Amino acid sequence: MAIYLDNSATTKPCKAAADTALRLITDEYGNPSSLHFMGFEADRILGSARQTVADSLKVEPSCIYFTPSGTAANNTAVFGAAKALRRRGNRIVTTAIEHPSVARCIDALEAEGFEVVRLAPDTDGNISVSQFENAVNEKTVLVSLMAVNNEVGSVLPFDKIKKVITRKNSPALLHVDAIQGYMKLEIKPEKCGIDLMSMSAHKIHGLKGAGALYIRKGVRILPHILGGGQENGIVSGTQAMPNIAAFAAAVESLGSIEKRYDHVKALNAYLREQISDIDFVTINSPEEALPYILNISLICIPSQVSVNYFSQNGICVSAGSACAKGHRSDTLTAMGLSNERIDSAIRVSFSYENTKDEMDCFVSKIKDAGQELLKR
Amino acid sequence: MKEIILIKNGEIALKGLNRNSFEATLAKNIKRRLADVGKVNILCQQSTMTVEPAEDGFDMDEAIEIIKKVFGIAGFQRAAAVEKDMDVILATAPEYLADQLEEAKSFKVEAKRSDKRFPLTSPEISRNVGEAILRKHHHLKVDVHNPDITVTVEVRDSFAFIRGNQIRGAGGMPVGTGGKAAILISGGIDSPVAAWMMAKRGVTLDAIHFASPPFTSPQSEQKVHDLLSQVAKYSGNIALFTVPFTDIQQKIRANCPEDLFTLIMRRFMMRISNRIAQRNGCSALITGESIGQVASQTMPALACTDAVAEMPVFRPLIAMDKEEIIRISRKIETFDISIRPYEDCCTVFTPKHPRTRPKIEMLIESEKALDVDALVEEAVNGARLEIIR
Repeated sequence: MAIYLDNSATTKPCKAAADTALRLITDEYGNPSSLHFMGFEADRILGSARQTVADSLKVEPSCIYFTPSGTAANNTAVFGAAKALRRRGNRIVTTAIEHPSVARCIDALEAEGFEVVRLAPDTDGNISVSQFENAVNEKTVLVSLMAVNNEVGSVLPFDKIKKVITRKNSPALLHVDAIQGYMKLEIKPEKCGIDLMSMSAHKIHGLKGAGALYIRKGVRILPHILGGGQENGIVSGTQAMPNIAAFAAAVESLGSIEKRYDHVKALNAYLREQISDIDFVTINSPEEALPYILNISLICIPSQVSVNYFSQNGICVSAGSACAKGHRSDTLTAMGLSNERIDSAIRVSFSYENTKDEMDCFVSKIKDAGQELLKR
Repeated sequence: MKEIILIKNGEIALKGLNRNSFEATLAKNIKRRLADVGKVNILCQQSTMTVEPAEDGFDMDEAIEIIKKVFGIAGFQRAAAVEKDMDVILATAPEYLADQLEEAKSFKVEAKRSDKRFPLTSPEISRNVGEAILRKHHHLKVDVHNPDITVTVEVRDSFAFIRGNQIRGAGGMPVGTGGKAAILISGGIDSPVAAWMMAKRGVTLDAIHFASPPFTSPQSEQKVHDLLSQVAKYSGNIALFTVPFTDIQQKIRANCPEDLFTLIMRRFMMRISNRIAQRNGCSALITGESIGQVASQTMPALACTDAVAEMPVFRPLIAMDKEEIIRISRKIETFDISIRPYEDCCTVFTPKHPRTRPKIEMLIESEKALDVDALVEEAVNGARLEIIR
C-alpha cells in the first residue's frame, strides 16, 4: 500500500465525493441553465452545493462563485480586481512566495504597467503585518497574499491586512489565496475583511476540476472568462456539476476542522521529533507553520533523487523545488536558504488519514536513503 | 474514384543486380508500416512502385503521413486512378487536384499515353485538361517553363492516372538493407538523431539504455520510450534493452578517482553494450557523440572508450555542431521530448573536473579496484527487453 504524503498536491477523494460525482455523471446529468426538469434538478443541486460551501465560511451563498479550478479562481480574482480598480491607482502589493497561479497573473499586470511590490519572507517563510504597512499606499488597488504557503506551510497574516488597507486610505481589494488553508484553518472572510478568497476542491478530498471564489457582497470585479454568463457572469462556462457537487460532499463529510487539525498536528510533531536526530536532515518549515505541511532537506541528496527513492519504496512526497536541472523553488530562494538546502528539499504534506505507523515507516526509509545514497 | 500512391525509390535504382532485393525490402517495409491504416497491394515497374489500397475505408491522408517517413523513398505522388474516358478525366482533374491548384499561381499539363489505342494524342489530352482546369480555377495561368504545379495525366493499360506535384520522400535506403546496430540512448538530444541518421542508411536498430534508479526517475525511462517511438516512425520497431546501472555507478564512485568517473562509466557502457549487441545479432554500436562536445567526447577520451569496444562504433554526429543536430531533432520531432528536464545516467555523479586527456593506462589501473567482468555480467543479465513500436 502506498504511503501518501503529498496531500498538498492533491488528496484522495472521499467516498461521499466519489459517490456524488458518479451519481451526477450517470443519472442527474442536466445542465443547470436548462429550463426542463433535468436542468431544474441540476440547478437545485448547484444551489445546495453553493449553500454548503458558503456555510463552511459563514457567508451568504450569493458570495460563492464556482470556478473550474483553484488556478481559475486566482486568475479571476487578480485580473478581475486589478482591471475593475485600475482607474483608482496602479500599485499591487503581494508577496515573493505566491503560487504561480497568482504570481504569473501579477507578472502579466506588471508588464501592462502596474507597479508591483513583492514582499520578501524571513528565513522562516513568514511575512509581517508591518511589511504590508510599509508597502500599501493610497494608490494601491490590490493586495494579494496566500493564507498558507504551499511549500513550507507558513501562515501569513491574512486576517490583519484589511485594517492596514483601511488605515492607509487605500481603495485596494484584499485577495487571499486560501487554497492550502481552506478547511484546514478556521477562516471567516467577513470577519477578516477579505474581499476575494480562492479555494480548491481537490485539496480537501474533493475532485480535480472544481474551485470556488468568495466575493464579498458589494465588491465588483470584471470577469476574465466571457461567455454564457454563468456564475452571475463572473465565470462563464457550464458548471462542472459532478465536480462541484462532489466538492460540497467533501466539505460536508470533512466535518470539524479542529479534530483533523489536532490529529495532523500530532503527526507533524511526531515526525519532527523522529527526524531531529538524523544528521543529514534539516527542517525548513517554521515551528508555527500549518502542521499539514513539513518541508525538510535531506542534505546532499538532490530532491528528485529522494523523491525517486521514496517512490520506489511506495512513499509519495513532493520535490521541494523542481529537479536539479530545473529552476530553484521561488519560496525557498526568497527565504534565503542555502542552495544546498534548496536543492535537497522535499515537501511532506499530511491528511487526516495518515497514521503514526506511516511516519515510522517514512523515518526508517529516510535513514535507509542516507545509507544507500550518501557517499560517506 | 480510386486513389493510389506512386513511389520513386531513388538510390535503389542504382543497385544493379541487388536491386530486386532492395525493392522487395522497401515493399515489405511499406506494407508493414501501413498495416495500421489498411492492407495494400504493391507493384514494382521500372523505378516506380505503385501502392494500391486493398481494403475499403483506407485513409489516404494518414497513409501519406506514414509514407513520408519511410526510408528508401526519394519522392512520391498520390494519384487518382480513373476510367480511360476523356469525359471522366476532364471532370476529375480539376476536382481531384483542387487543393494544390488553389494554392498555385501557374500550372501546366503533361500527358503520357502508353496505351496508343486511346483516341486522343498526348498534346490533345494536355490541351483539353488544361482548358477544363482553367474553367474551374480562374486565377491560374498556364506556364509551360516554370509552373507552380505540373498536372500529369498518364493513360495506361487499365487506368488513367491523374496526379500533381511530386512530394519529397525521406530519402536514404530501406531499413533492413544496411545491417543491424545498437544505439546507446540516454535521453538527450543527440542519440535519437544519431539513431535516425543510421536508420536512414538502411540500418535496423536495437537500443540500449542505462537506468540508475533512484538517481534517474521512471520519467526519464518514459522519455527514452517516447524518443524511440518517435524514431521508430522512421526506422520501424526497435528492441530496447534497459540495463540496471545504479550498482556500477555507485561502485565506481566509491572506488575510483573522481576525475575518471565518467570515462570508466563510459567504458562499462561499451562493454555491456558489446555483449548485448553481439547476443542480438548487431554488428556495430551507434552513439550520439560529437567531438569536443563534453569532456568524455574529446579525441583521447573517445579512444579510451573505443579501446573496450569489440565492434565498430559509429558516431554519425561526430563532426556536427550542436545547432545542426538540434535542427534535425526538430525535424524528426524528438527535440521537445529530449528537453524534458529529467536526469539521465550520464548526469548522475558528474565529476567537477573531469579529465579531458585521459591516459588509457590510468583507466586500466583504476578499474583494477573493481570486479569488471562480474559487474558487466550482472548488468547484462539484468537487462530488460521491450519492443518499441
